[in-house]
Parts: sequence; structure tokens; C-alpha cells
Amino acid sequence: MRAHLPILPILIPFAAALLQMACTRLAWQRAIGLAATVLLLLACIWLTALSDDGLLRVYALGDWPAPYGIVLVVDRLAAMMTLLCAILGLATLLYASAGFDARGQHFHPLFQLQLVGLCGAFLTGDLFNLFVFFEVMLLASYTLLAHGGGLARTRAGISYVVLNLIGSALFLIALGLLYGTLGTLNLADMASRLTQTGHDAALPRLAFALLLAVFALKAGLLPLSFWLPPTYGAAGAPVAALFAIMTKVGIVAILRVQAVALAPAMPDLLAGWLTTLALATIVFAALGALTADRLRALAAWLVLLSAGSLLLVPAATDERVVAAAIYYLLQSTLTGAAFFLVAGLIAVQRGGCGDDFRAGPPTATWVKLAFLVVAASSAGLPPFAGFVGKLMLLTALRQTAAGTATWIVLLGAGFLVMAALARQGCILLWKPPLERAPQPAAAVTWQQATATLLLVAAAPLLAILAGPLSDYAQRTASQLQTPGAYVAGVLGAQAAATGHGAR
Amino acid sequence: MEALLATAIAVLTACGVFLILRARTFPVLLGLTLLSYAVNLFLFASGRLQLDAPPLIRAGASYTDPLPQALVLTAIVIGFGMTGYLAMLALRALAESGDDHVDAGKDS
Repeated sequence: MRAHLPILPILIPFAAALLQMACTRLAWQRAIGLAATVLLLLACIWLTALSDDGLLRVYALGDWPAPYGIVLVVDRLAAMMTLLCAILGLATLLYASAGFDARGQHFHPLFQLQLVGLCGAFLTGDLFNLFVFFEVMLLASYTLLAHGGGLARTRAGISYVVLNLIGSALFLIALGLLYGTLGTLNLADMASRLTQTGHDAALPRLAFALLLAVFALKAGLLPLSFWLPPTYGAAGAPVAALFAIMTKVGIVAILRVQAVALAPAMPDLLAGWLTTLALATIVFAALGALTADRLRALAAWLVLLSAGSLLLVPAATDERVVAAAIYYLLQSTLTGAAFFLVAGLIAVQRGGCGDDFRAGPPTATWVKLAFLVVAASSAGLPPFAGFVGKLMLLTALRQTAAGTATWIVLLGAGFLVMAALARQGCILLWKPPLERAPQPAAAVTWQQATATLLLVAAAPLLAILAGPLSDYAQRTASQLQTPGAYVAGVLGAQAAATGHGAR
Repeated sequence: MEALLATAIAVLTACGVFLILRARTFPVLLGLTLLSYAVNLFLFASGRLQLDAPPLIRAGASYTDPLPQALVLTAIVIGFGMTGYLAMLALRALAESGDDHVDAGKDS
């Protein structure tokens, strides 16, 4: 059981999706989905606890050894990201079970397949397999985005699908170039062959530049980020909350490729352009937050802002910066998802006014307090996790080359976001309605309330646990930044795997 | 042989990019299809071009690399599914807004 633990985060949601496709009654689908997601959460907690011993767990699929077969590689970063994915999945599925899932067909199997794609993308150690899991994740996200219907979602869906299809084409070209020059698709094998001589140097460089462009498209780096705010703003609240982790898939992929393959072989590939574009993304997102006309659109701009802040990190190649980024990633994903769910609750309580920024029926006090917590955390105000994360990132980035510019942009963006949130929050929650409400408000169900409070509670909890979490982030970063151990662990997988299985 | 394949990939890519930049959903869909043809040919060529060589290792006989063929098969299946979904989405946008522009119904 323990030897097969690394595959469980992929198998559990996949089995659940198959079961849900077999029995089409909504109540059964809900029960299977929630049970599977709880199981996934337990498996991911176990995996994260096990991987904290610093060993690299390599799971060879079909027991084919590493450079020939496909391997799953579990280190602290991969385990932590699957855990984050499971937490987010459980909360958003609970929220969606209150009735959102009934607005269209096949919500539950697609949701589980989305979790398969996300967990697989974090775990795999093979670049073509990464492409496959990206596609699983994207195909599920295309249909989840359109779930619930409406022209806004269809229109956002068309540009999202077209852009990602072009991204997939570029991904395949990069993989073809890499296989043609290096003769392998395994990331560790690729990293070890890159440092040897005897192959063309320019083509792998071009291929990695293409790969980075694809990951930047997923992460939302500026010239490739115009799809993100309309798409996330148009999606239903629980779907958008799950999408909060999708930009992080691109960022984690950039971090992984940078640490394992690029840092030893071509350390100058990211220099010069990534930090500048990330700063531009932050400015773009902060200005966009001022223009938003709905709370969910504002939350989408904030997701872009946190992605821009995280993209400052890969070019820095400093262990402390990466550690700060890992804490920032945890808190920004959970807070971003919580923001979408709170926006959904506000829209439910305001009836026909939705989450548009105009006067409407008043909302319950606890929803207002939840909004206060997520807004303060998103703007980076103390005492919540957003403040701790931003402080850690700023402190760590001070010594880097672009330190001054980073401080100016991050603090300025924080001020703009605070202004936008304060102004729109006042209109949304306090301004009395001019006329009577156009439609009576629906009641908030217990599933919606529990799911939202679960994610909102992350903001104070992550701040209280900042000490142990930043130690864990430090350990994660130092493991990520020792590519030699990764390569040796994967390529010597056969011996390690059997030794591990016997234990 | 190499020149022919390279020209084919280049022409397919150029036509694909031109069509993707059009404003109607149907040309964009055709452009994506052409682009994925180009990508599949490119991926196939990453295992080197060889004539009359089966993808099987036999004693004394020449063989071609089977891995790119498996990759192309995966890429074809995924690309076909995605294009099919995009066609459905484009039809739905046409039905909902009465317009096949990629930004259909933006000002309505």
C-alpha cells in the first residue's frame, strides 16, 4: 500500500469519475464525489507527511525503469501541491453540491477528471506525460467553464479553448525538438544529458524557451494573460475557485523545469525578461482590479496579481526566495479560492443584483465578515496570511538585482488593490438599495456556508501557523534546488524503488 | 525527402496561423486543424526519417524509432477531441448570439 501511495492521488479521482459516469443519479454522484475527495485528501495528507523525510519517492508505472518508462516523482513540492489541490477540491465540491452541479450535465465526473489532471501534472516526472495531464486538466476545465450555460461563458470559453489549443501545439513542437535532439522525454534524464556534450546546443534552448512560453500562458504572464480575467470572471463561483490552482500549475512547472534542467545547463535563459514581464503583469492586474464591475471579475484580477508576484521568483534562483514563494503560493491559492466562494455567497444573498457593484439588498453579517477577512488578506493587510506571505516575499526579493523595482511595484499594487477593495466593498455591502430588490434572495445552504468558511479560515490559520509552514517551505525549497539529488533519485529509481518496497 | 517534409510542415503552419488570426470561428477552427497536422508531422519527424524500416527491433535489420509514432497517436487523439469540443462550443455561441464572430455578441 505504501509503495503504491504516489499513484493514489491520480487513481482515486479517476475511479470516482468512472463510477459517477456509471450511475447518473445526482445524489449518488454527489456522495461518490464527496467520499472520493475526502479519500483523496487523506491520501494526500499521508503522502505529504511521508515525503517530509526528504527522500525522493519514485513510482515507476508498470515497473519500467526510469528513462524508458513513465515515472511519478514525489518530493515535498509535489506532495504539498497535491494536498493543496485536494483541500481546494473538497471545499469547492461541497459548495457545488448545494445545487450548482444540477445546472448542467456531467458536472461530477468532469470535476473528478479535473482533479486527476491537476494531481497528475504535479506528480509526473516525464514531460510528455505532463502534456497529457495538462490536456486532461484543460479538457475538464473547458467543460466546467461552460457549466451553467450563458453567452458570457460560451464566449469566454471560445477564446480560452483556442488559446490553449495553440499552447498545446507549441508544447508538442517543444517536445518534438527535445526528443529529436536529446533522445529522451524524462525530465531527469534530459537534465543529465543537457550537461553532457555531443548534442546541438541551440535546439534544446529553443525548445525550453517554447516550453516556458506554454507554461507562461497557463500561469498568465503579461502578453499571454488577457484570457485570464474574462475566463475566471465568467465561470461559476465553485469552478472559478477550483481554477485558482490552475495558474499555479504553470508556475510550479516553471519552477521545476528551472531548478532541474535549466539551472545546471542554461542558467541565463530566464534572465532579463521574466522579472520585467512579471512586474508588468502585477501592474496590469492592479490596474485591472480598479476597472472590475463585479466582485468575481475583481477576484479574477487578484488571481492574476498573485500569479504575477509568483513569476518574480523563478529568475531569482535563490533558495530563500523560493521558500517565500511557496508560502505565498499556499496562501494566495486558498485566499483566491475563498474570494470566489464569498463572491458567490454575496451573489446568492443579493438575489437579482448578483455581485455587481451597485446598491442592493443587504447581506448577512457573517458574509460581510468573511468578505473583510479575504479582502484584507488579498490586499496584504495584517494580521492575515496575505500580509505574512507578502512580507516574506518582499524580504527575500530585496537582495536580488531587481529588488528596488520589485518593492515599488508590489507595494504600489497592494495600495491599488486595497483602494479597489475598500471602494467596491463599501458599495457592495453597505450602500442601501434605492428601490426594492428586483428578485428575492435565495437562502444560503449549509454546504455553501461550510465550504466558504473552510477556505476563509485558511487566511487566519496560515498566519498563525506561519512559523512551521515557513520552515516546511524552506525544506521544500532546498529539496527543489538540489537538482543533482532529483536526477540521481529518478535515474537510480529501480534500486531505490525495490528497496523502498521491501521496507 | 527532408526538404519535402519541411516544406509541407512550413506550408501547413503558415496556413494554420493565417486562418487562426481570422475573426470568424469556422476559419479559426480550420486553422487549428491545419496547425495540429503540422505539429503531428513535426513530431513524427523527431524520430528521423527512414524508408522501409519497421518500428520493430530485429536482428540484422534496420528499424525506426517507435516512440514518436506513439506520441503522434496520442497527440492526434487529444487534438481531435479538443477540436471537436471547440466546434460544439462555436455552434453554441452561434445559436446563442446569432453571430459566428469570435467575440460574438460582445455589445449586446
